[in-house]
Amino acid sequence: MSDAVTPALELDCRGMRCPLPVIKLANRIDEVPVGAVVAVTADDPAARPDIAAWCRMRGQEHLGETAAEDGVPTFLVRRLV
Amino acid sequence: MQPLSRYLDSGSSEPLDPRAREALVAAYDAGSGAGYADPLRLHSPARQARLLLDNARAAVAEALGVREDEVTFTASGTAAVHLGVLGLLKGQSRTSRTLVHSAVEHSSVFAAARWWEEHGGARTQVLPVDRTGQVVPPAAADEPAVVAVQQANPEVGTVQPLDAVAAAFRDVPLFVDACAVGARLPLPEHWAAAALSAHKWGGPAGVGVLLVRKGTRWRPPFPTDERVDLRSAGFENVPAALAAAAALQVRVAEREELARRHRTFADRLRRCLATIPDVELHGHPEKRLPHLVSFSCLYVDGEALVTELDRRGFAVASGSACTASALEPSHVLVAMGALTHGNARVTFSPATTEADVDALAAVLPEVVAELRARVDR
Repeated sequence: MSDAVTPALELDCRGMRCPLPVIKLANRIDEVPVGAVVAVTADDPAARPDIAAWCRMRGQEHLGETAAEDGVPTFLVRRLV
Repeated sequence: MQPLSRYLDSGSSEPLDPRAREALVAAYDAGSGAGYADPLRLHSPARQARLLLDNARAAVAEALGVREDEVTFTASGTAAVHLGVLGLLKGQSRTSRTLVHSAVEHSSVFAAARWWEEHGGARTQVLPVDRTGQVVPPAAADEPAVVAVQQANPEVGTVQPLDAVAAAFRDVPLFVDACAVGARLPLPEHWAAAALSAHKWGGPAGVGVLLVRKGTRWRPPFPTDERVDLRSAGFENVPAALAAAAALQVRVAEREELARRHRTFADRLRRCLATIPDVELHGHPEKRLPHLVSFSCLYVDGEALVTELDRRGFAVASGSACTASALEPSHVLVAMGALTHGNARVTFSPATTEADVDALAAVLPEVVAELRARVDR
């Protein structure tokens, strides 16, 4: 689902505990234009449900996830607002 | 220590009802109670203890609207869950060995399922839930051995559509974990076995109730002993069972009035929470336990939220990973697709007053704002 997506911004949130990855995403998403994609790499188990929930609550698009080279999940978010 | 009325965690354990305490103390008293004696012996203190235990069983049966021979006292709600689920599975194991349970069951059901996979050589299927936490019964289901669905969810309070679950699985024995309800609602119509927990209705901790419907195939899943009730091995805690029964009678007599009051409190708190930006209210809007409000605050650390509310005198629980012993977020919130961080669960007890709820509603907006300011949100 993410083959064609090139992130405009990559956030490395490895080692960060909940809710820090979501806070980082929220604080930095305005750096990319509407329509661009932010990639969040996070190994906290709460990141998966909480990034999806953040997208739903804030009206952003959750594109799904891939894995970084070290296997850590990378969540892809398209800025809509 | 905060005043008892600001202990808003009856969902974890409710303070002992004063009338239950009286029953407990009286039963321990050698003069009047003899609750210490072995109900199986033949001397007078033993006969007295037997009478107390029978009275406790009869009172529980009457309060729940079940038969006395369907009631077994266990050492905890969790023990009742394990015995209920696994005893039903063992009873049906010649026809099927598959257990179906919902994605939002208490951890004790998940643990029983894992045990059954290891020791019963069987499979488990998990039923999904919708955004409100309600189980979605399958349109067409294979016939499993047992279906386990809670009466209501302990974390978000959603009451499960057990009639629809029973209809979807027709003749399959249904195990109902009723622990979280704390006898605030009558038992559901359909159950082959059920588990309850006394410290959720103002009884003492260390008393669970296992119900097995008459005529249900149930077999002891664990080693037992020579005592009378095969459903529960070991010496009964007679004084605690009596106190549990006393508290249950009080709860059942007062539950409608209590539910009315707690619904008003919950609505008040939910209205307050709706005014705070980026707060998600969990659970079904109507089909929920009256005394429980669960919510998650975006950008807020669950542990910080609990600590800050505690500092201001309010004791609440949290299902966020940062507050749990495990790093995993709440499986209930995950299954619902809900926000898992910044979670708090407020549960009212009979001691909770309108003033306490107003006081909590007054501090919540500033506590959330303050915690967000700490992380630049």
